[in-house]
Amino acid sequence: MNTEQYSRHIRLPGFGTEGQKKIESARVLVVGAGGLGSPAITYLAGAGVGLLGITDDDTVELSNLPRQILHTSDNVDQPKITSAEQRVRQLNSAVKVKTYPQRLKAENVLTVIKDFDIIIDGSDNFATKFLLNDACVIGGKPLVHGGVLRYNGQVMTIVPNQKSRSACYRCIFPEPPQAGTVPNCSEAGILNTVAGVIGLIQATEAIKFIINVGDLLINRLLVFDALSMNFRTIEIKPDATCPACGKNPRIKTLSDLKEIECKG
Amino acid sequence: MEVIINGKSEQVSDGISVSKLLEHLKIKPVAVAVELNLEIVPKSDYNKRTLKMGDKLEIISFVGGG
Repeated sequence: MNTEQYSRHIRLPGFGTEGQKKIESARVLVVGAGGLGSPAITYLAGAGVGLLGITDDDTVELSNLPRQILHTSDNVDQPKITSAEQRVRQLNSAVKVKTYPQRLKAENVLTVIKDFDIIIDGSDNFATKFLLNDACVIGGKPLVHGGVLRYNGQVMTIVPNQKSRSACYRCIFPEPPQAGTVPNCSEAGILNTVAGVIGLIQATEAIKFIINVGDLLINRLLVFDALSMNFRTIEIKPDATCPACGKNPRIKTLSDLKEIECKG
Repeated sequence: MEVIINGKSEQVSDGISVSKLLEHLKIKPVAVAVELNLEIVPKSDYNKRTLKMGDKLEIISFVGGG
């Protein structure tokens, strides 16, 4: 461990060299190297996370650059996974990177998440968000859900299989929205800094989970409104009738939802 | 009567239903989840579920970008 490099973390109450050791042996999967994934990956790399998994099947577009800070104008038309990996190596060569140049689907998601301690959802569509929620509930993997649109963002942390139940995304939204009922980012827009704020809150939750400090956003949905500059946490109760994590869950195996994209 | 919507005190008609409230607020029911006193209201109950004074509502939007 390079104690000088991480000295400002190590001197934090609740962190210390023990915390840094945990960070360096932690395996974090970030789904999507876009608006949420970019800040999350950047800061997790800076913190010295042992293994960073990154999934993305998109290429860099010019309209991505304001908020997808892993990528530069030189990377336009190239796979995001390539520039994401390059950037992590530049930031911190001690971090191992495992790339998945594919979209998570019902057939591969459980295999991918199996190798990680905690998952950050930086995906840009409801099909992936619901699939990840269900996969993490079934696979018993901690998940930090995040979403952004316009001037707003949401974060919730789900830790399945703990003694006290942890509400999942379907405890709030039992079913995905029907196509065409909810605007996507390319239609509705997204303020670049909102993606930065939310992605970094997700990374903060992952770090807290790894070093086991503080209170996670379990059974709480954080909602952020940049216009009023308000953060609120909404208490969410685990739903006994939840189709994913309830007493008799309907969702026992995974299936792909129709794509409802919110393209960044 | 007074209810709390998304943390703010609001005046609404006595005994208004969840669906009428959403209509009044110009919110599409399909685009949100409604939590009433810490319980998520099933969409099929929006018509019959009515509000009482002091009820605490959270109207939670689908936010799916990344």
